[in-house]
Order: sequence, then structure tokens, then C-alpha cells
Amino acid sequence: MKGNIIKYAQDNIDTDVIIPGEYLKIHDYAELATHAMEGLDPDFHSKVKEGDFILSGKNFGCGSSREHAPIALSHSGINAVLALSFARIFYRNSVDGAFLLPIEIDEDTYDGISEGDEIDIDISTNEIKNITKNQTYKMKPFSDIIEKIISAGGIFKYNPDQN
Amino acid sequence: MNIVEKILARGSGKSKVSPDDVIFANVDKVMMHDVSGPGVIKVFDKLKKQGISVDKLWDPTKVWVAEDHFVPSADKVSAENIVKLSKFTKHYGIEKHFKYGMGQYGICHTISHEEAMVMPGDVYVGGDSHTNTTGALGAFACGLGHTDITYVLLHGKIWFKVPETYYFKINGKLPDHVMAKDLILKIIGDIGTDGGNYRTMQFGGTGIDEMSVESRLTMCNMTTEAGAKNGIVEPDQKVVDYLSSRGATNFNLIKGDDDAEYAKIFEYESSELEPVVAKPFSPENIAIVREAPSVELDKSYIGSCTGAKYEDLVAVAKILKGRKVKIRTEILPAAISIYQRAMENGLLKIFLDAGATVGPPTCGACCGAHMGVLAKDEICISTTNRNFPGRMGHIESQTYLSSPMVAAASAVTGKITDPRDLK
Repeated sequence: MKGNIIKYAQDNIDTDVIIPGEYLKIHDYAELATHAMEGLDPDFHSKVKEGDFILSGKNFGCGSSREHAPIALSHSGINAVLALSFARIFYRNSVDGAFLLPIEIDEDTYDGISEGDEIDIDISTNEIKNITKNQTYKMKPFSDIIEKIISAGGIFKYNPDQN
Repeated sequence: MNIVEKILARGSGKSKVSPDDVIFANVDKVMMHDVSGPGVIKVFDKLKKQGISVDKLWDPTKVWVAEDHFVPSADKVSAENIVKLSKFTKHYGIEKHFKYGMGQYGICHTISHEEAMVMPGDVYVGGDSHTNTTGALGAFACGLGHTDITYVLLHGKIWFKVPETYYFKINGKLPDHVMAKDLILKIIGDIGTDGGNYRTMQFGGTGIDEMSVESRLTMCNMTTEAGAKNGIVEPDQKVVDYLSSRGATNFNLIKGDDDAEYAKIFEYESSELEPVVAKPFSPENIAIVREAPSVELDKSYIGSCTGAKYEDLVAVAKILKGRKVKIRTEILPAAISIYQRAMENGLLKIFLDAGATVGPPTCGACCGAHMGVLAKDEICISTTNRNFPGRMGHIESQTYLSSPMVAAASAVTGKITDPRDLK
């Protein structure tokens, strides 16, 4: 999975800035996408390209449980968010709804990847290749249940009895 | 096992569970509202297109629905969402739908306790992050997104990783003018907005024993702001009395074993606590009120599931009685039952005499929806739960989070004020 990085070098990016509260009444996914990250980066919608990744710090997606947040990012073209850590509801919404991959990385990876870098994520080997800088990093492997739900394509396609 | 492990073991039909176990728990109650509900309906539509059957719910008697975020309908889109939600509950035979303009309604988390929708020992999930609130009744109460709520509506169960538990032992009764909100803000300031991430935050000790059920609700409500999966207090006679007076019967009081294990224990001495605020732009950004910056406030907002329960309004009335507000002050009781009691007991008169505006139950401006959102550069002191950039309106507005007493005292002076310092 290849794409370019949009980096927000800060911690605690909350769902109120990913999709501000006034848009919670909207349930059209394409329309939500036009307001993605509006509370932090009003230029996001014009600069994001299909297949891009977001890179950020600790506790990404904290705050409200609004599923609008992973929906707005996913329908903007974001296939994965790489972060030092994730808030729990954003994490499970992303996986159970099959909107995007929440990928946990370490500090060195976070520091090593810059805005605009082209990277290639391989979740079968847990490797992240930085094509721009010719570096390779390790991502934190998904837990067993998360890996199964991701490979099934979301909670509705996952059969718990096959454990 | 501790209380959460025991509830989740019961819910998943196992004799024992431990932190990090992945389980599918049977759900006892599920809630959605006018934001998560239409989101759920969207997922239902998606599933239908994929050929997955959505003909009937697992058990409509275990589902309840609130109208709170954008009600009374803020605009055309919100009105459409309410219509959609009403059609959905009618179609699927969900009878517990608390509709505005038809008797009791209010903020979902407030309805959960005011109407005894959730019982001690329940596995309770809701389509809202502050579902944690109801853990104060001794339930495992946890917030989920639209997809997971849809899964519960259709299957009656959902996966959880059993959380490890942080135990907060509170020693001694809170001093006068120090409220549960001050204590939980202090705790969030200490552990940070991700300090409880993926974990249970359990509260106990003599300070919690002494606390009212409503104060415990405030404690558990704000565990969401530390990222916690849930907040919980072991149920006692106060919880039984509280729920019994609201029509509940048949209690199953689950408590932790004597040898229950906790990942970490934190201790707080109540006598050392003081009124605090969380400064913009994070609930962890704590300052003691007497040391807080001297800013000119534009507004005091007393509302939300966190800060507009009956007890909160009584505290506000104590401060506002015989005084006048100096800045715009909005008071929005969190449910009709609370509004009614406030009317019967003279609180509304005190608020109106002081010059405050009293509004209907709604999440309103807490989440920047409507009913008093903030303009650019406006500064608000608020009894709500979050103060991230743009949370209550314009991205360049500012919110200070406080207890109801501090918000009321600040309404009187126009500055952030310790209620003990009011003349």
C-alpha cells in the first residue's frame, strides 16, 4: 500500500478538529469528506490525494466517539493513519467499519518520516518502507483480533466462531 | 476478579477473564441518539446493499433512543434526522424512544440514570463517548461508534479486550465548594488525556462512599476525557435507593472480589482539593481557580450530561440566589425531569431573577451544535466536558471547564472565580 505522507507533528489530535461538531448532523460520506480536518488544517481537503497517509503523534483521534472522523478521512482518500498511539474509539471505529488502517509506530519512525515522503506499508511483514529516503521501519503488529477483523474486511464480515 | 472483570465474565459466559483477554460480551442495554442513530441507519442501508439481512433487531426491548444533540431541531437537516430516527424506531418496534416535546426527554446519559435505563451489573454500550457516565451505577458502560452499535443491534454482542483497571482511592469527604468535577479534573490533569486510554478507571474509598450518586456520575462521565474505556464505582445502597426511586427493581449488585487486582492504585486526600479549571485547549490543562489567569469572560454555560444534573443546578442556585450575573449566562437542565424539579423547587426563579437564560435540555453548545455556540475570540466558562479548539463553536473561541459552582461564581463576577471568594 503506497502513498504520500501528510504530517501533523503534534499529539492529541481530537475528533472535534478532525470533523467539527456542527457537521455531526451530516451523514453523507462524500460531504463529510469536504470538512475533514477543517478544525486544524482548512487546506486539507484541497491538498489530500487518494491513497495519502496521515502521520501524527500520540493519542490520535481522542475525544468524541463520532464515527464521522474515520469516515471523513477515509472518504478523503486516506487509507491509513500512522501515529505514536491512538484513542480507543477512533481505533476500533477505523477497524470495525473498515474505513482505514490505524498503524502504531515508534518515535524513530515518527521522526524519520517527513511531510510528502512516499512510503509503502506492508502489513503482512509489519514493514514500512520510506521510498523517498530509502529507509525501512517496523510498525507495531496488530493484535490477533484486530488482524482478523482487518483481513475479514470489517466487523460484519468477521466470523467470531472461526477463532 | 475486580468488578469490571466480573461483569465481563458474566457477559461473556466465562468463569474468569483477565486483562487483555479478547471476549465477545452479550449486551444488556444499548443506546443511540440523534447523531449516532442516523449514522446507524446509514450502516443499515449499507448492509442491505451488501445483501446482509437487517430485517429485525436482536431484541428491541433492550434498545433505547435519545434525542439530544440537535434538539429541538436546530435546522432542516437536524429535523430530517429526527424524522428518520422516529421512522426507524417505529419500524423496528423500539418503544423506549425519548422524544422532545413529548414528556421526558434529555441528554442520553442523563436519561440513562433519570429513567433507570441501565442497572448495576449490566454490560451497557452507547453510541456516544460519554456512555462512561453510567458506570457510576455499577455497570460496565462503554462508548462505541455507529458500526459497532449496528452490530450490537443485530447480534446482541460485541468484542472487547478486557481492560486493566486503574483504581482511584479517594480519602475523605470533599470540602465545601469543592465538587466532583474539581476532583475528576484534577485527576485528568495528573494522568493526562491519554492516561486512562484502553483502561477502566474505578473510583472508591471513603470520598466516593460519601458522594451522592450524581457526583459519582460526574466522575465517571469525565473518564472519557482521560481516554478510558469505562469508568465505574461499585454499587452500594445509595445506588439502589437512587434507582428504586426511579422505578427500578431486581438488583444484581456485582462487586469486586476481596483479592481483586488493579494495574495501579492512585490515592487522593479530599482535604487537599481546591476548585480548579481546565484552561484552553485541553481537559488536562488544569489550574487552581485562585491561581487561574485573570481573563474577561464573555459567557458562562451551565449545561450538558456533565454539569446540569439536578444536584448541579442546586449548587448553581446556591451561588446565584440574590445575585445578578455580569456576563451572558445560559442554564440548560439536562433532562425534562430535572427541569421540572428545578421549577417546582424554585431554582428556575432564582436563575431568571439573576438574569440567566434558561433553555431546554440539549447537548446544545457543549459540542458546538446550537443554542449558544461561541464566536471568534469569545471566552466561556463551562460546566461541560471538553475544551478542544472549536469544541463549542469558532476555532478561535476559548473554553474553561469548571464545576457548576465555579461557573456560577464566575457568572456573577465576569472573571474566573472561586465560589469561596464571592462577597
